[in-house]
Amino acid sequence: MRSRMRWRASLALAALAAGACTAGAATMSVQVKSGQLRATPSFLGRVVAPLSYGDRVEILETKNPWMRVAGPRGQRGWVHGSALTEKKIAMASGSRDAQTGASSDELALASKGFNSDVEADFKAKHRNVDFTWVDRMEKWKAAPEAMQAFLKDGGLKPAEGGAR
Amino acid sequence: MTARPRSAFAGARPAAFAAAAALAAALAAGCTSVTRVVTTAGAAAGVITPEQAESINKSAAAIEKSYEDITPEQEYYIGRAVAATVLVTYAPYDAPAANEYLNLLGQTLSLFGAAPETFGGYHFILLDTEEINAFSAPGGLVMISRGMVRLCGSEDELAAVLAHEIGHVENQHGLRAIKKGRLTSAVMTMLAEGGKSFGGAELAQLTEAFENCIGDIAGTLMNSGYARATEYEADASALAILRSAGYDPAALVGMLREMQKRWVPNGPGFGRTHPEPSDRIAEIQAQIGAAPAAAAPSVRVARFKEKMRGV
Repeated sequence: MRSRMRWRASLALAALAAGACTAGAATMSVQVKSGQLRATPSFLGRVVAPLSYGDRVEILETKNPWMRVAGPRGQRGWVHGSALTEKKIAMASGSRDAQTGASSDELALASKGFNSDVEADFKAKHRNVDFTWVDRMEKWKAAPEAMQAFLKDGGLKPAEGGAR
Repeated sequence: MTARPRSAFAGARPAAFAAAAALAAALAAGCTSVTRVVTTAGAAAGVITPEQAESINKSAAAIEKSYEDITPEQEYYIGRAVAATVLVTYAPYDAPAANEYLNLLGQTLSLFGAAPETFGGYHFILLDTEEINAFSAPGGLVMISRGMVRLCGSEDELAAVLAHEIGHVENQHGLRAIKKGRLTSAVMTMLAEGGKSFGGAELAQLTEAFENCIGDIAGTLMNSGYARATEYEADASALAILRSAGYDPAALVGMLREMQKRWVPNGPGFGRTHPEPSDRIAEIQAQIGAAPAAAAPSVRVARFKEKMRGV
């Protein structure tokens, strides 16, 4: 009897392990600072809604490397697979999500680590390392229309994204 | 006494065997948080001992300790500091039109890579030096010297250089240059306590790990260079990007031929940090053949000359 109960327990564990992993594959996290949900699977597609770092999205359809997903606020659209990760990403320390998720290794790892606090400390210790140009570089962003025109004028291919 | 199977689980009861199989499956699938749940539940159910559970959890944690567990946000902060460190040695070249064209070309190319979307995106800048070199910091901050741009005869060749750098970014070569011990201590610190701000000693320890990571990557970029195979991998990524975007991949060979003419083993710039160009050419031609690059359309030649005039 005792042995049968153990069997049941272990079968439940096996189901838990398998189920959790499968569920993990169907839901993914946004791993970029600012992402976009698009109307079509292309970088030229109209932006339907913005996505934020750590947003959980449900995978509805995959057209490698693009994925059609349902966003956290119910919006549906296409996002490039490289903007998503199967890992859960916790919000910055102190946020609601970080506090509720603090017991999980996975979330804890994401919420700690090299962040703006560490960068500030690094800057204070290395006054000769100037981030001015790095901040400036990050603002340099070509507009999608400019990239589209650049490709067309140059006799290049349209940017469908990651056709590898 | 019945015969028992000779395996790692020899002597285990069937229930424990099934639980272990479930754990193995969870581990193989990379579900380490699930592992923790399962081992906790398993220990509670008496299927495995608390000691066994702890041992399995430790193995799972060890698997996690690799550069792959640096989150995109952490990679972004590492990349910022690596770029800022490179910019201490090499001054930025403040030429708005040239930098704008460089970003238009580089960001457009990045759309054709394996990782078009990174946490902070791809950004490019010219460096004010005659030295022939280019660097990419984790996450997509790419720096290219005026000397390197001058060596490029066309947009296609510049695209080849940028595609190679994008290759380093998408393959996370920078993060892989972090020495093993450092990453482990950094990750250990990160794992210590989650979900709260850190102060004092914790922050100091974390900043030290951060400094060491930056030192490893910046040192690799500017002094020691990546392993030969790593450069070949970036070249392979470059070929894929060029081909997908519609550039002739042979432009990379054209560029390397120019570099070969200026090759000084262990000399400043790429001579110290890269394999000899002729070796890279051989490797590339094994993939794409030896046909010379087709002539680029005049519009690409013209816009390159116009935007990079004076660089």
